[in-house]
Amino acid sequence: MQQNQETALDIRGLRTEFKVGGRWYPAVRDLSLDVAENETLAIVGESGSGKSVTALSILRLLPQAGARIGAGEVLFEGRDLTKLSEREMSSVRGNSIAMIFQEPMTSLNPTMTVGEQIAEAITIHRGASQADAMAEALRLLKEVKIPSADSRLHDYPHQFSGGMRQRVMIAMALACRPKVLLADEPTTALDVTIQAQVLMQLDELKEAYGMSVVFITHNLGVVAQIADRVAVMYAGEVVELATVDALFANPAHPYTVALLRTMPRADRATESLEPIPGSVPPVTAMPEGCAYASRCPLKQPSCEDKRPELLPFDGPGHQVRCPVRLEQTRG
Amino acid sequence: MTAGNGALEVRNLAKHFTIGGGLFGPEKKLVRAVNDVSFTVPKGTSLGLVGESGCGKSTVARSLLRLIEPDAGSVVFDGIDVRAAKGAALRQLRRRMQIVFQDPYSSLNPRRTIQQALEEPLRVHRLGTAREIAEKIETAITEVGLPKQALDRYPHEFSGGQRQRIGIARALVLDPELIVADEPVSALDVSVQAQILRVLERLRDKRGLSFLFVSHDLGVVRHFCERVCVMYLGRIVEQGVTAEVFDRPLHPYTKLLRDSSPVPDPTARLTLTKIMGEVPSAANPPPGCTFHPRCVRAAGPCMTDIPALNEHDRGRQAACYHPETWPGLQAVAAAG
Amino acid sequence: MGAAVSSSPARPGGLWLAFSKNRLSWVGLALLAIIIIVAIFAPLIAPYDPLEQNIVARLEPPSAEFLLGTDSYGRDVLSRLIYGTRISLTVGFIAILIAMTIGSMIGILAGYVGGVFDQIVMGLLDVMLSFPTLLLGLMIAAMLGASLENLIIAIAITEIAPFARIARAPTISLKQRDFVEAGRALGFGPVRIMGVHILPNMISDVVVMSSLWMASAIRTEASLSFIGLGVPPPTPTWGSMIREGFENILDAWWLAVFPSLAILLTVLALNLLGDALRDAIDPKLRAE
Repeated sequence: MQQNQETALDIRGLRTEFKVGGRWYPAVRDLSLDVAENETLAIVGESGSGKSVTALSILRLLPQAGARIGAGEVLFEGRDLTKLSEREMSSVRGNSIAMIFQEPMTSLNPTMTVGEQIAEAITIHRGASQADAMAEALRLLKEVKIPSADSRLHDYPHQFSGGMRQRVMIAMALACRPKVLLADEPTTALDVTIQAQVLMQLDELKEAYGMSVVFITHNLGVVAQIADRVAVMYAGEVVELATVDALFANPAHPYTVALLRTMPRADRATESLEPIPGSVPPVTAMPEGCAYASRCPLKQPSCEDKRPELLPFDGPGHQVRCPVRLEQTRG
Repeated sequence: MTAGNGALEVRNLAKHFTIGGGLFGPEKKLVRAVNDVSFTVPKGTSLGLVGESGCGKSTVARSLLRLIEPDAGSVVFDGIDVRAAKGAALRQLRRRMQIVFQDPYSSLNPRRTIQQALEEPLRVHRLGTAREIAEKIETAITEVGLPKQALDRYPHEFSGGQRQRIGIARALVLDPELIVADEPVSALDVSVQAQILRVLERLRDKRGLSFLFVSHDLGVVRHFCERVCVMYLGRIVEQGVTAEVFDRPLHPYTKLLRDSSPVPDPTARLTLTKIMGEVPSAANPPPGCTFHPRCVRAAGPCMTDIPALNEHDRGRQAACYHPETWPGLQAVAAAG
Repeated sequence: MGAAVSSSPARPGGLWLAFSKNRLSWVGLALLAIIIIVAIFAPLIAPYDPLEQNIVARLEPPSAEFLLGTDSYGRDVLSRLIYGTRISLTVGFIAILIAMTIGSMIGILAGYVGGVFDQIVMGLLDVMLSFPTLLLGLMIAAMLGASLENLIIAIAITEIAPFARIARAPTISLKQRDFVEAGRALGFGPVRIMGVHILPNMISDVVVMSSLWMASAIRTEASLSFIGLGVPPPTPTWGSMIREGFENILDAWWLAVFPSLAILLTVLALNLLGDALRDAIDPKLRAE
């Protein structure tokens, strides 16, 4: 599927570390992912899985102190983003790679009208005149379907509802026609009916703009709605990578399987939920072997010795980091 | 009807807030946060209260415990009028009805150890000797699946899920009969959410607790609650057995809510041709059925008259002039 | 299950332990201890009688005989400074203690009760705040008459309003926290909620501020003493010494500089203590 498409963003061996008590610990461990053009890649995981850190690492938005990219490359348009100067990087941010966040209110300046804020991005990155930029801002607000956009252009962020604010953020992100959109839990703070609207809209815009979308979420339901491919993250690494259909029809990693069983569904009865016992190991105490071993029902003695690799599973593009499952399918 | 049967009966509950006013503020406005809300929670059962933010579900939850004083209606628990209770009677009621909050980071006093937090209610209510209190606390903490060593620690030493367990243990020490759970798993990761739901299920079965379970997550409500009330802009628009309500919703809003809830199945992608608009402000609700501006079925009286919550099928109630029709469900004409 | 509890125990008795682990708190504590010892044992430490005038040795610069020099009446500055510690500390501590207690109570009550009560109380306090501290103190002191007790009362009253303000703001935000609501649901009375659940969570703000306001109290004492509404001369206080020294600042710098230094050191000690106390009270910071 994505083989015959160009790769838009290629992450290779990314390792992002945080400083805790004077020592560096990896929060993202040797992560390799690629996003094809016009593809939606969902990164799904629970808190502490490293999914948001991955997005922040791509745009180098990590806190200055106490965090660093320890290894790896992020290839985009023939350049390694981790090697760019801060100045080169800021021309990439918001221009060819844009990002939207969970809480739109904190990402908007409360003292500027939304029109001015969208126009600002356009004048900075594209050097357009103020009048042209405002006209473009209006077009964008209409494009993200803000009702009576002409008058709302001159409203301030606090005059918008949560859902409308997120649309404004999307309009701002689209302002420079980015190649890649990083969306970090963009619908988590929204009500379900609004979430549905925003999800469908993102999908339409992806097609219209020919963007690639990296969609970060903890919600498997949302993943099923929007993703082409899915990377499941656990304790800083990808444990499973598959097309969306393969992941839900044939989940391979015990963590993915368990995650699917913990989610009660609105459309059918769930007999009994099966919680995952235990908790994610803290970054400061990662085990030698498989990070999921202590919670895993398939655990073998060998799981605790060596860190498993991400290897092909049955089906094209399906990969899993679990030797026990791979053994099972072969045998 | 109001015999001491352990049930919670709520009739025509209403709560209004005023916003604005003041010398230089905007014009004073009456916000009807909760309007004419009635439901019953029989002993040992769970009733879900679902809706989107601002629909008034949390206000209902807090009004029942009089953490917010309701303006009208009656709340009767086990034959006792909650709204009229004063002094010792109110304290006694508060012992029997407890609340679990959404945010595990805000629901525990950061300066008190878990031991202190759990002891305090028993001390205040003078329930038992020091030894009995110690035993009760140990029972409560183990019942929610935490080790006894947890008692000596402070809230910040625990994860969100663990804090939520502590919040539940605190609600349990007084041996309540009814628990009002206000989005108790919304702030948690799914795997932790399942753990907490397990704990609550176990308590319900073991202690025969009743639950009023407030949530925006239809999946969680479907899993935990036998019956459900769907709220929209301060009113109950539909109620009935949870599985029936979600499988064959009568009210178009219930259907919209269900169809918007993402399910982990890529073959069941959202096929909503259009979801119209957003929830209007409660300060300025539309006339007639408050859902009509977003409703594809709106016609005739919807624009002018507020529909009553009428029985449409056995045990199924909906406030709609043009309810959805489903095979097997008797189509009831717009009941005035 | 799911019960991996972190392994850093922080028991309630650990407050002192946590406090004592902070190195700066020791500096503050040591400084304050020295100042207090000086105040208590003033008669033993002071080389001269602070009131004894010596016309021959007027405005002597610091020397082996007079370590910190002498003032325009030939009185030993060091001895006066040592005796002055007593007055300044007494006035500062007691006045702030009174202001802190009353002010916090008013602030918590206003914040917790809210509504019209809050508006009235805060309105009255705003009126008090709108007077300059010195003017208000002057009015009260003039009304009560000049004595040490009245000075303390006057200063305490002027500092009530700021403490009430400091206490009210966190009370209002704490009132909305779920644990306060949980307390009400558990049948706790308002006194318990204010005393057990709100007070300990905001006291650090008040304590930290109290060290700063104590400096202000010591300054007010100085000003009032100078005007003649404080402790009557010739009793030495740091404030009156600075004012007197100020007149001769060009010919005799030591007169104003040493009492100023004394105030500076006291305030520094109080600030260090305040910070350390704030950290020790907070179990989150204590664990680190």
